[in-house]
Amino acid sequence: MKIKLTLMFFLVLLLSACGEEPAIPQTLTVMTHDSFAVSDEVLAAFEEKNNVTVSFIRSGDTGSAVNAAILASGKPIADVFYGVDNTFLSRALEEDIFEVYASPLLTEIPDGFKLDEGNRALPVDFGDVCLNYDLAYFEEHDLAVPTHLDDLRRPEYAGLLAVPNPASSSPGLAFLFTTLGFYGGEGYLEYWQDLVNNDVKVVNDWETVYYTEFSRWGGERPIVVSYGSSPPFEVLFAEEPIETPPTGVLASRMSCFRQIEFVGILKGTENRELAEKWVDFMLSTAFQEDLPLQMYVFPVNPNAELDQVFVDYLVVAEDPIMLDPEMISEYREEWIRRWREVVLQ
Amino acid sequence: MNTGKMKFRWQTLLWLLPLGFLAVFYFYPLGSILAVSLERAENGIGAVILEVWGSPSIRKAVGFTFWQAGLSTLLTLMIGLPGAYLFGRYEFQGKQLLRALTSVPFVMPTLVVAAAFDSLLGGRGWLNLGLMQLFNLDSAPIQVGQTLTAILLAHIFYNTTIVIRLVGDFWTNLDPRLTQAARMLGAKPWQAWLRVTLPLLAPALLAAALLVFIFDFTSFGVILILGGPKFATIEVEIFYQAISLFNLPAAAVLASIQLITTLALTTIYTRLVGKLSRPLTRRSEQVTLQRLSTWRQRAMAGWLSTLMLVLFVTPLVSLGLRSVVQLEPERRQRTLEEGPALTGAFYRSLWEDSEDSMFTATPGEALLTSMGYAGSTVVISLLLGFPAAWMLAWQKEDLLSRVLDPLLMLPIGTSAVTLGLGFIVALNRPPLDLRTSPALIPLAHSLVALPFVVRSLTPALRTIQPQLRQAAAMLGANPGQVIRFIDLPLVGRALLGSAVFAFTISLGEFGATALVGRPDRPTVPMMIYRYLGQPGALNYGRALALSTILMLATAAGMLLIERVRVGEGAEF
Repeated sequence: MKIKLTLMFFLVLLLSACGEEPAIPQTLTVMTHDSFAVSDEVLAAFEEKNNVTVSFIRSGDTGSAVNAAILASGKPIADVFYGVDNTFLSRALEEDIFEVYASPLLTEIPDGFKLDEGNRALPVDFGDVCLNYDLAYFEEHDLAVPTHLDDLRRPEYAGLLAVPNPASSSPGLAFLFTTLGFYGGEGYLEYWQDLVNNDVKVVNDWETVYYTEFSRWGGERPIVVSYGSSPPFEVLFAEEPIETPPTGVLASRMSCFRQIEFVGILKGTENRELAEKWVDFMLSTAFQEDLPLQMYVFPVNPNAELDQVFVDYLVVAEDPIMLDPEMISEYREEWIRRWREVVLQ
Repeated sequence: MNTGKMKFRWQTLLWLLPLGFLAVFYFYPLGSILAVSLERAENGIGAVILEVWGSPSIRKAVGFTFWQAGLSTLLTLMIGLPGAYLFGRYEFQGKQLLRALTSVPFVMPTLVVAAAFDSLLGGRGWLNLGLMQLFNLDSAPIQVGQTLTAILLAHIFYNTTIVIRLVGDFWTNLDPRLTQAARMLGAKPWQAWLRVTLPLLAPALLAAALLVFIFDFTSFGVILILGGPKFATIEVEIFYQAISLFNLPAAAVLASIQLITTLALTTIYTRLVGKLSRPLTRRSEQVTLQRLSTWRQRAMAGWLSTLMLVLFVTPLVSLGLRSVVQLEPERRQRTLEEGPALTGAFYRSLWEDSEDSMFTATPGEALLTSMGYAGSTVVISLLLGFPAAWMLAWQKEDLLSRVLDPLLMLPIGTSAVTLGLGFIVALNRPPLDLRTSPALIPLAHSLVALPFVVRSLTPALRTIQPQLRQAAAMLGANPGQVIRFIDLPLVGRALLGSAVFAFTISLGEFGATALVGRPDRPTVPMMIYRYLGQPGALNYGRALALSTILMLATAAGMLLIERVRVGEGAEF
């Protein structure tokens, strides 16, 4: 009791000291996955402008975080959830965890990104999962770089490809979806059978594919599944400054899968107004321009300006594969099971 | 004076703390998530069980889980026991350092260990390169990547320290005169070992085997990364069912298989150990430890030390080397003669490039966070574990002791995904609104550390002669004083061992931290995984450099703990 009184006294003192301004900043809780990051400067500007403290809850990778948000729905532990992507979108929508919010900034964003017509999940960023190749290897071996998914079926490309397992890796799943989108529900298995005959190497995670199997980093495979953004990051995070990327991307003729990440206001929030402001903030150029260097993904808002290195070397697929999220939700298990039967037997 | 009634109350109070902790932070979240999961089963639990049983891939995973865990445990014991003997019976130069180094693997992130293994044993690893040059071979003669061998090697690498610590520490205080007497009476060395030493060691040996088995049984990262897509354990299958497919009922059924197995094994263990434990005259290590005097002993120690160096230290050294060698030239045809180019760039960039966001941290900050969590875990798990072990040792007929003994082991046999989701479902309402609290991480780590603390302390406590404690009580010591002046000093070494386990478990833990950790206070493993998940030489190099820092900090921490002496030096 005594403590409470003292506290009250303090609060009154604090309030009177600050005059008109509401003294205690409110708290907004954002739930997200473990890749989330934002510059201190950009975040501070939001907090100051809205007199709010933002706290973050992380819950593992994308799939874990989405499931956690679903399990906590009804009595949400956060106001906003960021990070559900198009491979998990329909799970989140079916479980009805988001409130509708048509942010005014949506008008700035191309319609192609808006997968939820009901405006419960709003697009924030995207990244293309594409095959990357080690330029030096192809030069040394006097081999043409692949320009079509079909190239990988040819004998010259035997033993050159490493991919992550779609059952355990999100880029692995994205590449499986690429082959599904391109070859269809029957053709994809034939394609994978050809890849198996061509000695495709499957490991469980992207990290092992890129840093152990990839010939660029001492492995034996010069073609791997990675992102359209990997080459500029090879330049940005090179050991010694380099001028051009050492790796290339196969992005033409529908050979990439586009991952889009969304933000939504969680049902049952008591901070609806602040949550709206946070969503607007994520779609604004300030946050959008911060994305590439913090999270290695790219803005959906075309008004956001990119660093020169991305202007020069970022590969954005012109005709990426996009699968209907509802179909993904419906067939994910079956597609993976049939893939396993062909590739892992 | 204590009446019987008061005594009863006082003892029950001892259970209160560990029991309350487990109830709130283990059974409640676990029960909640299992209930929520099974509620989602549309056709009832029976249908789910049939579904799980009907899936050939799941059945295969269950079988493989038992098989690899059994094999791993056996191999770990075969390597760990001679190590325990060396550390438990001999004093030699560099002993503390060697023992500290054998504990370091325990904290290393799996992806980093996989990279270290690859740089040694991979297609272009040093061993293969050497063999190829020596014998003029065209292709790498050793292929361990993505095989059962890789899984077994990694399990040995990670878990041998459990055997060395638990059995070795127990061995240290074992009276050597018992074996000597057997020899004097005409027993051959192997007879003395089989009839005297082994039965005396049994409680610690069984505890170590149990812990190692359960760790291997619930293995996730090692199977996924070193085993590859052709291998799956129950834990891997739980992750796939729960996270990728959101088939929570099937995940719950699989998690229950893990729980039941853990419970069954622990119950068997408890029965066995109850029969095998006996009070012993504990001898101080000043008496039990011998110097290496004969050439035989020297040869044995040299051979065992070399084996441990090769198994546990070369991967670590190779990792450290990779963090200071330029990655770039590796892609050219590498030869052994060509000296590698050294670089400090990765370490520099760790400090320079981590300052613009609170979601990344400099190594100093991340280490501080990790050490803070590890320190809290040591305190929490010892505070909870000592009373529990004390009750198990001295009041094993107590009803609560009998019920709780096998249950204490459950947390390490529980799938991390399941428990993590349980925390989210259960601990999100006042008064348990802990989801944004930094206390959640050391609490979660203590759940894993507690079984280690209890299993290290109980065998040690049971060896204390009851007469000692009775004498102290007769002389007027109250129960608290008996604990303080008899129990604590006599189990000093086991207490230290427990602290080491709690410390290393917390320092290396990633699974639970990833699910419930705060993003704005990244631990060292969190930062390592963040760097590894991004393309670019600097990012990879930074992950290697930070792992090396974690390795050195752990070794330093171990050496510091080894220097602490609790009640040693006194002869009882």
